[in-house]
Amino acid sequence: MAVIDYGMGNLHSVASALAHVGAERVVVTHDVEQIRAADRVVFPGVGAIRDCMAEIRRLRCDELLQVALTEQHKPVLAICVGMQALMSHSEENGGVDCLNVIPGTVRHFGQPLHDVEGQRLKVPHMGWSEVRRVSEHPLWSGIPDATRFYFVHSYYVTAADRSLVAGSVDYGVCADAALARDNLFATQFHPEKSHTAGLQLLRNFIHWTPSC
Amino acid sequence: MGLAKRIIPCLDVDNGRVVKGVNFVGIRDAGDPVEIARRYNEQGADEITFLDITASHEGRETTVHTVEQIAEQVFIPLTVGGGIRSVDDIRTMLNAGADKVSINTAAIHNPELVRQASQRFGAQCIVVAIDAKRVADVDGQPRWEIFTHGGRKPTGIDAVAWAVRMAELGAGEILLTSMDRDGTKNGFELGVTRAITDAVDIPVIASGGVGNLQHLVDGILLGGADAVLAASIFHFAEYTVPEAKAYMAECGIEVRL
Repeated sequence: MAVIDYGMGNLHSVASALAHVGAERVVVTHDVEQIRAADRVVFPGVGAIRDCMAEIRRLRCDELLQVALTEQHKPVLAICVGMQALMSHSEENGGVDCLNVIPGTVRHFGQPLHDVEGQRLKVPHMGWSEVRRVSEHPLWSGIPDATRFYFVHSYYVTAADRSLVAGSVDYGVCADAALARDNLFATQFHPEKSHTAGLQLLRNFIHWTPSC
Repeated sequence: MGLAKRIIPCLDVDNGRVVKGVNFVGIRDAGDPVEIARRYNEQGADEITFLDITASHEGRETTVHTVEQIAEQVFIPLTVGGGIRSVDDIRTMLNAGADKVSINTAAIHNPELVRQASQRFGAQCIVVAIDAKRVADVDGQPRWEIFTHGGRKPTGIDAVAWAVRMAELGAGEILLTSMDRDGTKNGFELGVTRAITDAVDIPVIASGGVGNLQHLVDGILLGGADAVLAASIFHFAEYTVPEAKAYMAECGIEVRL
């Protein structure tokens, strides 16, 4: 299993959480051969999108990801900024074109932000929010609907094709919390930081056999 | 249902041991940080904060090793603070497994560090810690100032204005400690908590002075805090994290159960 390392932030927590739930030989790498040889790929990300995209392109992680997704048909899990990088375009850093693997936008929450009762909401959206199940998926196995996961983000994803939305979260707006298409699953929340429920999702990922 | 208010047990660590002092003096040993962090993770804590109060160079290396060990076993967010002075220090802690770093004195000496760190690593992992102490009122209005050196050295900086500036520079969160209350078990200083939560759009963690569960509730309902941090009530098993959450839920606060 390969965790794609494009030099942004701490990837140890993803790798150690995967190892904790039983993943064997987890490598954190941007080496072409290692990623090609892996049977599963995790595409994480933290930090600002402009720097992320620059590193992804410089290290040709975008091509590796495409190969894993559409040629090798390997299970791929994208997390947080990894999910945002899959979209068409992000508003962050004055506007950055992303990978367009999943058509859709990444927008700022905007301020002032309020919930339905008129309470002011802080940005970043930081902490534990309930994820509403939008579609059934093997990665939700053993996780009750409306379970809380750990989020930390100031920008949120809206996929153009709403049939790809696997989970959503309310935070002043209705944001896509999880997207699923064929052998790809993407989460805005951090499963590696979401305690028991997050570990269950990662366990589901390492046992997932996509039907495509 | 919205965002849960967070409970954050805090480990003050000196040379690899969790300690707890009263007003930063009178240190008491509370045990092994890795074991304690694991216990809070199992109890359902929402995050863990690790404050390194070690002054020596050797102690710093111990800290990096301890953070690595905690990160291997704890699958909730981990914030590390204490002695963070540069972008390199931040990188070291993030690489060791921290999810966020807390910057305190270095932000006062060099506010640009907050901007640089936020641009490099993202606002989500930059916490600015503010140690505030009440000073003489101005025109009948209470005023709080930033203090350094464990609350002994005034800086002349207004705590509320400082919080606003840190948010503008790219801090993702404020960790607010009342130096008047820290270690006293008399509850948070709600005046400064409210003033800062009202003034900034980023989350605020209230810290300093928790002695019972009502204090946690007051920090959120009266102080407006997004998260509450406590040390000794959990370390010395006066209360468990589930007891704290159950009480908060009874008081109408949304928590992760």
